[in-house]
Amino acid sequence: MAATDTPPPAPSLPSFEAEAQTRAARRNRLLTLPALLIIGIFGVLPLLIILVYSFLEAGPYGGVVWNFSTEAYVNFLFQADIFSDKLTFAPAYLLIYLRSFLFAVATTLVCLILGFPTAYFMATRPPRQRNLWVLLITIPFWSNLLVRTLAIMFIIRDEGLINSILMGMGVIDHPITMLYTNFAVLLGLLYAFLPFMVLPLYASLEKLDFRLVEAAYDLYATRWRVLWRVIVPASLPGIVAGCLLVFIPTLGAYVTPLILGGGTHLMIGDLIAQQFGSGRNWPLGSSQALILMAVVLIALFVYVRNTTGRTPHG
Amino acid sequence: MAKRRAPLDIKVLPGFASMAVICLLVLYVPILVLMLFSFNSGNIVTHWEGISLHWYGVALQNDEFFSAAENTMIIAVSATVIATSVATLAALGMTRVKPWKGLTAAFMVLNLPLMVPEIVTAVATLSFFALIAGKLGLNFGIGNLIIAHTVFCIPFAYMPIKARLEDMDTTLDHAAADLYAPPWKTFRRITLPLLAPGIMSGAALSFIVSFDDFTITQLVAGPGQTTLPLYIWNQIRRPMTPEINAISTILLMVSIVLVAVSFLVTLKKRR
Repeated sequence: MAATDTPPPAPSLPSFEAEAQTRAARRNRLLTLPALLIIGIFGVLPLLIILVYSFLEAGPYGGVVWNFSTEAYVNFLFQADIFSDKLTFAPAYLLIYLRSFLFAVATTLVCLILGFPTAYFMATRPPRQRNLWVLLITIPFWSNLLVRTLAIMFIIRDEGLINSILMGMGVIDHPITMLYTNFAVLLGLLYAFLPFMVLPLYASLEKLDFRLVEAAYDLYATRWRVLWRVIVPASLPGIVAGCLLVFIPTLGAYVTPLILGGGTHLMIGDLIAQQFGSGRNWPLGSSQALILMAVVLIALFVYVRNTTGRTPHG
Repeated sequence: MAKRRAPLDIKVLPGFASMAVICLLVLYVPILVLMLFSFNSGNIVTHWEGISLHWYGVALQNDEFFSAAENTMIIAVSATVIATSVATLAALGMTRVKPWKGLTAAFMVLNLPLMVPEIVTAVATLSFFALIAGKLGLNFGIGNLIIAHTVFCIPFAYMPIKARLEDMDTTLDHAAADLYAPPWKTFRRITLPLLAPGIMSGAALSFIVSFDDFTITQLVAGPGQTTLPLYIWNQIRRPMTPEINAISTILLMVSIVLVAVSFLVTLKKRR
């Protein structure tokens, strides 16, 4: 190896200043290092491990056997016949993915329909009231999801609040079964993630310049047109952010369908957890976790590209 | 005599106010009903018999509840302390500085735990600990849970600290340096006190997310490592008594108090 002496680069700054800058950069890297190490070792490395696991064979009692196999990915769509080893199309998993996707889309839409007027109303309050509203929406945002799901369960059970009231009023004789249905799961998801929609919408609507609204009215726009042509376009970044914040956790929801779906209305999250529990198929669970993550990353990527590409026009 | 129309309030859109009220009802009625029934004297979860604190007494005399509360506190406090410390350092190294090589990548890594779906983090962490237990014989006991919680607490602690740093005025630091204060002294006497509210709300947020975590804890927890959310989960699958309402109410109150306090603190600082 020819260790040639490279001439020192011509310093563009006085050398003591350049030295101070490299020292500052080194110090800043060092300050960031502990956090990066913790997330790197205990957050990123585990993801690489399940990537490896997804290409291995399942151990008989959970865990993995270290033989290369693409079975986990093949099993996503096909099922091997026990007798002939012939692969047949088995859409059971695909259907769970489809169901989760539909649930996530429906939840996002309902959250948007409920959340947009709420956020708009909040943004048009006087400042003191506004703070109170924000606090009221923030509290459920940070409250225990398991407990909140339990609260929904108490409301919609056969002997829960809704049925008791309806039966007390004599509207119905028998309780309406709501728990362990698609409706229950959707209601639970809506309830869980509504604050995730309202808060970013509010952040965006709060900055709305009402002179634009006034100008539109001056030009004889109807309320409907003002809403669609002025308010909605101005709050688009908030709408996109809110939809993403609801869609992503809903797609991977685990607790809500587990409690309100009663094990019969599974979503992707439950499917993945099941493979690591009673299903004892870690490679299959790993491959499904990675597919879910890929979907989420694509959604985030599209979002980032759209938001960074959209520069405000003067 | 003709009734004059009220001037058009350009901010009002018809129906939006009632929608906001509906939203608030949807969010709060279930929680309030759950809390109300924790004061039920009867032993059926949904049938009201009279007001009493009986079920809080039952919960507080329950050893399982106590050991779950103890585990929860150990994990949440440890994770909060570690996460807040490293997040503070990272924020200092990444905010208000001349961009260094790898800064963007570092930022992405710090925010990664927020982008990965919780269930994916849960199974990946489970696989990780199973692997190091199997291959290296390493098992940190409850430390496993502390580590897992620390990872997802870091971005929650980082965000408010970063926001606070961005709002801070650099002139004070420069003034201190001009007066020949050594960097460490400047940091201790100027930067840190100004940064304190950010660090506090970062710590409050990471405490809440650790305290409330169910998904990751459920998959990573070993035998005997029951936390309060896991305890509630175990109760759901048995015949339920209002004790579960009492415990749930305690959990909700912890979040509500912490959120309200940190909200009021930031509000005051902004004025």
